[in-house]
Amino acid sequence: MRLSVNGEEREFDGPAALSCLVARLGLDCRKVAIERNLEIVPRSAYAATALAEGDQIEIVHFIGGG
Amino acid sequence: MDGSSRLEDDTWTVAGRTFRSRLIVGTGKYRDYAQNAAAAEAAGAEIVTVALRRVNLSDPGQPMLIDYLKPDRFTFLPNTAGCFTGEEAVRTLRLAREAGGWDLVKLEVLSDAKTLYPDMEETLRALKLLVADGFSAMVYCNDDPVYARKLEEAGAVAIMPLGALIGSGLGIQNRLNIHLIVEQAKVPVLVDAGVGTASDAAVAMELGCDGVLMNTAIAQARDPVRMAGAMKHAVIAGRQAWLAGRMPRRLYAEASSPMAGLI
Repeated sequence: MRLSVNGEEREFDGPAALSCLVARLGLDCRKVAIERNLEIVPRSAYAATALAEGDQIEIVHFIGGG
Repeated sequence: MDGSSRLEDDTWTVAGRTFRSRLIVGTGKYRDYAQNAAAAEAAGAEIVTVALRRVNLSDPGQPMLIDYLKPDRFTFLPNTAGCFTGEEAVRTLRLAREAGGWDLVKLEVLSDAKTLYPDMEETLRALKLLVADGFSAMVYCNDDPVYARKLEEAGAVAIMPLGALIGSGLGIQNRLNIHLIVEQAKVPVLVDAGVGTASDAAVAMELGCDGVLMNTAIAQARDPVRMAGAMKHAVIAGRQAWLAGRMPRRLYAEASSPMAGLI
């Protein structure tokens, strides 16, 4: 299925949970926050959140700032 | 507080959280996160501001801020830098709340990229959205006592007026306004932005501010870790001077040595 992740179009084997996407991207889920179609997904719900064709995913983390 | 009171007992409280350090430091513009962490330690900071941005998907193994500045050592104060509307600020801070797990945040809604001056009308609107969503917002604002009061009435947990433009290092441009804001506020007031060197931080504290927030003054010093230490001492010195109560200003001299007994 096709997803938009941080503004980039990506092909991803589905069906799959959000936790699979995080693992596939090589990210530590304890260090990020995720929005799916403008709704925040609580960290505890990554495994239970099924991805769907066309989902808009934003994955963010803390960086340096003033 | 008399002269025998210990420095460690001089605390300040924001949104129910009590801190000893009155110096909040940013985490931007450093050479790397290791230098950043060393400067934050040297500053004696207990709170650091952080920004929220997309993860770099092409290099997920790159260093991450929280590997260097540990959330169990520092209270992270997520900011809304780069947000120009209330909705952008709320969206950013909701994600920050999920990432960090707490609701103390720094709201800044800016007007234009050249001055980064706060858009106060939009800042006030954003604050109301955040308060309705359960956030405790420390608010970056201009040095306008009227808007400072409106922010406080709308539920800001701290008022953070600029001393000068972000990153300008020009020091506090309008001491009178900062003084007026301090005098009327019932929540903590922190000068945020504009500090260039240690004496600027001392001035902020001598005006009665509860704290100072700075980033560039430390990060862009030739020796950031040394400057962080200087800022720590300046904030303590200014705070102690404020508590001690300065002597009155006089136009003319008043001799320190008695005239009686002169040969």
